[in-house]
Amino acid sequence: MTTLSSEIAEGGKARVSVADYLKHHIRDYGMLVALVVIMAFFQIWTDGVLMKPLNLTNLFLQNSYIIIMALGMLLVIVCGHIDLSVGSVVGFIGALAAVMMVSYDLPVIVTVPACLLAGALIGAAQGYWIAYWRIPSFVVTLAGMLVFRGLTLALLEGQSIGPFPKSFQALSSGFIPDPFGLDFKLLSLLLGVAVGAGMIVFGLRARAKQARFSHLDEPLSFFLAKNGVIAAAIVYITYLLATYNGLPNVLITMAVLISAYTFFTTKSVPGRRIYAIGGNEKAAKLSGIKTERLTFLTFANMGMLAALAGLIFAARLNTATPKAGVAFELDVIAAVFIGGASMSGGVGKIMGAVIGAFIMGVMNNGMSIMGVGIDWQQVIKGLVLLAAVIFDVYNKSKGET
Amino acid sequence: MDSILEMRGITKTFPGVKALDNVSLKVERGEIHALVGENGAGKSTLMKVLSGVYPHGSYNGDILYDGQVQRFRGIADSEGLGIIIIHQELALVPLLSIAENIFLGNEVQRFGAIDWPATYARADELLRKVGLKEPSSTLITNIGVGKQQLVEIAKALSKRVKLLILDEPTASLQENDSEKLLDLLLEFKAQGITSILISHKLNEVSRVADSITVLRDGAAVSTLDCHTGSIDEARIIKDMVGRDMAHRYPERTPRIDGILMEVFDWTAHHPQHPDRKVVKGVNLTVRRGEVVGIAGLMGSGRTELAMSLFGRSYGQNISGRVKMNGQEVDVSSVGKVVEAGIAYVTEDRKALGLVLDETMAKNISLSNLEEVSSHGVIDEGTERKVAMDYRDALNIRTPHVFQKVGNLSGGNQQKVVLSKWLFAGPEVLILDEPTRGIDVGAKFEIYTIINRLAAEGKGVVMISSEMPELLGMCDRIYVMNEGAFVGELSAAEASQEKIMSMIVRGRAA
Repeated sequence: MTTLSSEIAEGGKARVSVADYLKHHIRDYGMLVALVVIMAFFQIWTDGVLMKPLNLTNLFLQNSYIIIMALGMLLVIVCGHIDLSVGSVVGFIGALAAVMMVSYDLPVIVTVPACLLAGALIGAAQGYWIAYWRIPSFVVTLAGMLVFRGLTLALLEGQSIGPFPKSFQALSSGFIPDPFGLDFKLLSLLLGVAVGAGMIVFGLRARAKQARFSHLDEPLSFFLAKNGVIAAAIVYITYLLATYNGLPNVLITMAVLISAYTFFTTKSVPGRRIYAIGGNEKAAKLSGIKTERLTFLTFANMGMLAALAGLIFAARLNTATPKAGVAFELDVIAAVFIGGASMSGGVGKIMGAVIGAFIMGVMNNGMSIMGVGIDWQQVIKGLVLLAAVIFDVYNKSKGET
Repeated sequence: MDSILEMRGITKTFPGVKALDNVSLKVERGEIHALVGENGAGKSTLMKVLSGVYPHGSYNGDILYDGQVQRFRGIADSEGLGIIIIHQELALVPLLSIAENIFLGNEVQRFGAIDWPATYARADELLRKVGLKEPSSTLITNIGVGKQQLVEIAKALSKRVKLLILDEPTASLQENDSEKLLDLLLEFKAQGITSILISHKLNEVSRVADSITVLRDGAAVSTLDCHTGSIDEARIIKDMVGRDMAHRYPERTPRIDGILMEVFDWTAHHPQHPDRKVVKGVNLTVRRGEVVGIAGLMGSGRTELAMSLFGRSYGQNISGRVKMNGQEVDVSSVGKVVEAGIAYVTEDRKALGLVLDETMAKNISLSNLEEVSSHGVIDEGTERKVAMDYRDALNIRTPHVFQKVGNLSGGNQQKVVLSKWLFAGPEVLILDEPTRGIDVGAKFEIYTIINRLAAEGKGVVMISSEMPELLGMCDRIYVMNEGAFVGELSAAEASQEKIMSMIVRGRAA
């Protein structure tokens, strides 16, 4: 009986053609392809403005806070919940930072950790009711949305507070220093090359490790093409950025967080357990997983990331305003769903959410350059969100028959 | 007497299963006709054919009602003729009032708006008929199960019932509520309403029934007239269970060692009704290398016992002690009970056992991720190897271990759940309906695995509704009824008749 099953396993290992492979993984690459198509579209229709180094830099700066929050939101949604309060938390933490630094003259080094902690506590406070009292997250965070918007107004007394110290501004608008002292930011390009090369090397090593066990369905040609194109894109983008001011600080922050959360979701024990909770909470609980505690921590984490986004957003505007972060939750949630996460939990990828955020960001940016009014921008973004989710559901139902 | 209902040669097949095989049933006008049989004998299926849940054309045979051949396309058709079925799981909306529930889908209207005064007045009148004193504005959630049952009957009366079908109406009722319900049936009989009563409880059946039909394995075995001579319970029991061993069981020579697990005076209460005991003072012993069975009908408290033991995953106010190898252990959470060496394989593998969207490998490692990780980082190579080892050991048929378990067959899914719990390294495995809904070949494989586990010195507790399975596999069988163990039989003395009579009499024979 052993031979029978291993024969089937060998059968599964048999060579898969690139076309076959793509057919089965269309969900994985569909959105990446969509992003590239959308970028190409705007590159043409904006006469090449989209990919100009200055605009590219702006694109990263404008979307960094959405992407950072999308990382936390992905976990929340995978866990089977939603967080509507993040936009208000962005506003509240910006206001808190402004009051601490401008009104009370506290140093940046104190303010930043204190604000991150405050964000984590806000998330924990909401997560407590959701996890231990089983109050629906929609309701708890809707309440949080109102509460923290109100507290933002109260803290700022309806005014805008700014400007911030230079070192705080650098959080968002700073660029990494370049030791070579050239007009061209060589270090930035070198970093890009290193990341691109590292990606291919690590990818090959992981592939070799995988090959030692029977399962290997990605064709080598496809693997090389995919990683080659992505590495080339990274190098090209860093090259473009290097001709301007180099890599923004916030891009580094983002890259580190994206890597960390990708690792967390794919390799770590708690990450795996969050997927299990979203996939089947009862089965997870009967498997000895402390579902309440993990749900609680997922919300605390979300709060902390929202606080980080709030700091970056305030630093970018160089002022805290009562309107900061309004409707951000919608962009963040849209990004996660465009990226293929399932409304019912258990399914979703960090890279998907990041790509989803970039799709929204590129569309915002491109349409603004083209002079599309804010009215039609909303209509188009809404339709793209709907189309992305329909595409996902359609693919899933097709896969099941 | 003329007959109100005649079902002739009803055959109903589901993919791969013949649920009803040429069943005929004749019910006289104005009588109480009891339908008895084991779980899965086909009683509920037969009633679903009658009420139109399975529409005409989806089965073979004829239904004659009031002397005419009927072709019901749905429940509305049969209800229109006064055939009302009350299911075991009550279909009431908890947060609506009694009156609203009675007229749900059949609202009392005036000029297109609901006529509330008339609704409540008519509801109150119906409640009087069934002997309920609650005002009809009371919410369903505020009355007990017994009274809810009466509301269902009032609802049936509102539809001008001629043939009332009750599916295990007393299964969740206390003794005196059951008595009242049976009295009500007798009263209806006096008014000329015909009833079909599906029940396991022979004492109830013999109290009210005019005739009894026994179903077994989808066939009508016998029909008894209760007025011509006394009812022979022993014969009914024999008719209910008297089949040949349909399956074969792998051979095993038991090598039973010392006591492994002991449970003392285990008691648990219903999660929503704190005053209802669901498990009543159960004592259970499992020895090394022993397969212990728990027999009983659905709802007898077997699953509740297992799940309340397993880290208090069911119920409240749980009390009792558990010893493993003579040492008292803490079983207050799933993590602790697994650490103590106990695993529970659920009866509902899809809802409680598996993450269907995840791969087989990820499901197997889920209860013991520590084993495949270091410092909180999962080693996918180890995880994969573990999955492949179990795939080979348990002969799980899958193209690769990265197959989503939702795409596997029932038998293979069951093996994945088993693998998951074997990987947790338990000494005692509690298997709840381990062969439910899987085909005969896969059943044999599961039996083989169970025997192998026993041979390795593990203790196995096997909960099953299939008595032949328990008789074929177990060294010792506890019989459970209404939350308590009512008897214990060794493999040598156990028989289906003995088990069934302990269940229906509620005590050791």
